[in-house]
Amino acid sequence: MKYLQNFSNLAYPLVRNNPLRSWPKTKNISSRNFFIVLIISFLGCSVFADTLEVCSSCEYTSVSEAIAKAKDGDEVLVKGGVYSEGNILVDKSILLKGIDDPILDGKDQSGLLTITANGVTIEGFVIQNVGTSYLKDRAGIKVDKAKNFIIRNNRLLNTFFGIYLANSSDGLVANNKLVGQAVEEMSSANAIHIWYCKRITVEDNLVRQHRDGIYLEFVDNSLIRRNTSEDNLRYGLHFMFSNNDNYFHNVFRRNGAGVAVMFSKKINMWNNVFEYNWGKASYGLLLKEIYDADIKNNAFRENTIGILVEGSTRINYLQNDFISNGWAIKISGGCLDNVISENNFLSNTFELSLKASVNNNTFDGNFWSDYNGYDLDRDGIGDVPYRPVKLFNYIVNQTPEAMVLLRSLFVDIINFSEKVSPVFTPENVIDNQPAMKQIDNTSESLSLKTH
Amino acid sequence: MFKILKYSFFDLVRSRWTYIYCAFYFLFTLSLLWLSNDLSKVTISLMNVILVLVPLIATMFGIMYYYNSREFTELLLAQPIKRTSIFIGQYFGVALSLSGSLLVGVGVPFLLYGIFGSGQIWNFLTLLMVGVFLSFIFSAIAFFIALKNENRIKGFGLGILVWLFLAVIYDGIFLLLLAVFSDYPIEGFAMGASMFNPIDLSRILILLKLDISALMGYTGAVFQKFLGTSMGMVASITILFAWVALPVWRIKRVALRKDF
Repeated sequence: MKYLQNFSNLAYPLVRNNPLRSWPKTKNISSRNFFIVLIISFLGCSVFADTLEVCSSCEYTSVSEAIAKAKDGDEVLVKGGVYSEGNILVDKSILLKGIDDPILDGKDQSGLLTITANGVTIEGFVIQNVGTSYLKDRAGIKVDKAKNFIIRNNRLLNTFFGIYLANSSDGLVANNKLVGQAVEEMSSANAIHIWYCKRITVEDNLVRQHRDGIYLEFVDNSLIRRNTSEDNLRYGLHFMFSNNDNYFHNVFRRNGAGVAVMFSKKINMWNNVFEYNWGKASYGLLLKEIYDADIKNNAFRENTIGILVEGSTRINYLQNDFISNGWAIKISGGCLDNVISENNFLSNTFELSLKASVNNNTFDGNFWSDYNGYDLDRDGIGDVPYRPVKLFNYIVNQTPEAMVLLRSLFVDIINFSEKVSPVFTPENVIDNQPAMKQIDNTSESLSLKTH
Repeated sequence: MFKILKYSFFDLVRSRWTYIYCAFYFLFTLSLLWLSNDLSKVTISLMNVILVLVPLIATMFGIMYYYNSREFTELLLAQPIKRTSIFIGQYFGVALSLSGSLLVGVGVPFLLYGIFGSGQIWNFLTLLMVGVFLSFIFSAIAFFIALKNENRIKGFGLGILVWLFLAVIYDGIFLLLLAVFSDYPIEGFAMGASMFNPIDLSRILILLKLDISALMGYTGAVFQKFLGTSMGMVASITILFAWVALPVWRIKRVALRKDF
């Protein structure tokens, strides 16, 4: 089976008719063929694909040998078995495919696959035992200055860095399973580490027990979706200096902290689940110095702090569910123009904590399970405004040791008296239109499904 | 002593108030379990009620029982029975019947719910243990107050005052001190102060079991480090025992010297 592979555009990976053969016959080149020819001549690497097989009884017995013999556009099929060849350099545009789960084993000594060519596809491998290094960024699969790569259906076990993408663009990392054995932050690395990249899609992966689940630094216009990131030491997902990115439908569970978004702009966070990030310094979502983000339809369940916000401006928090968190949202100074609306706050120990003296954030139209006002005109909006910051909340901000008095009768009494006549709690932190009934957010059904 | 204990106990077990007290806990726990499927939520709600109601009811009940059985006590005093066995027997009768009502009222709904199948069994047992301790502590204090005061109004007033002090005012003063000295490292003080109030100590024991310690940050870590260990558990149970032993010892002394 021979066909032409076109690596320049992922949308047309296979072109079945051969434009080279048709070139001399037809004077009138159709516009589509012309386009393809143009791309091929531009790349200057049109090839007929060969299939090279690697196994203990095949023509090639080692993966690197087969790759050395391969041309751009070839397929290298690696059959079941254990291959311990150290670091394998993939410097040609090939499809490297594992059949019956071939194992690439680094024996704790080296990284395993390094991709430096454009248009490489890696699929179906078990990659294991990279080993900790304090000097080199060893990785199970490393992509360096490459474009249009696909990494899918692999299992990476006990790798230092799992998948490491650097200076690359237009790649897809899909349906991989990365399980590490991280014990402490110092001697562990990230499962999917992306650095200086553009237009990367990371989807349907399972990452577990690394330092950070998915780490992005200087990564723009990328999409992270339907991943599950759990039991990581530091963050489930970590953005640094990355702009215009989206993450949808992910689950972050039992991480040191769910997601950290730092120094970034225009990040959309929709339909994610943040749960059981519980511990003394844990939170579901950390926002630090970010602008213009959109946090919508997420579920936050049983996190010590649902969302911790520091110095973040123009953020919309819409239609999220906050269930049984220690603090649902904790906002410290320098946060301006945030809109918190149509969220459900259900049995959180503290609903909102606000340290700033200046506040122009709005909190209208949420459902608060602690609200006990009435609705005489029956329009679904409570007639009495709700103050989400309680007196005890204010006291705990001033003297953290006072937390010892949580749930004591005295605290209930002072909270009640403050509610009747507010003196200490901030005047303008108020929901003027509290909902009477729980708002029907889609995130809840989602979170129940993934639970 | 055991004869008098038995007599007081069965006298009280036949009393209407014991049944009402027991039925209240039974219905309350049952409805909580009915409404919420989350056992830790139920434990927290129950804790709120037990920490307020058990001391209050035990104080009131203890004082009331002493004053009401005064004539019977005088009759007993005329018999050749040791004074301490009369009063200590009566006290244990009251304390046992109160904690019995609590155990039955809270325990039976949990048993029906199937507590042994869930991971909440230790939290639940801590809650019951704390409830029983509080019953013993506050009925002892009540007996002591009643013995000291012939005047019923004064006795009731003092009882309510002691309850109010330990349940509310103590925390207020505590919070005030925390706020005033917030610039100093006061975790040690915070822990010491809360260990010397049986209600606070009980509350913190349960909250630490329910993993609220993560909310408390550094202070929580200090508490968890001490109370979370078996050493801390032994220490806090010792303090609770001391809270029972001290008033009982006072009852004995007062009873021996009192002129009837």
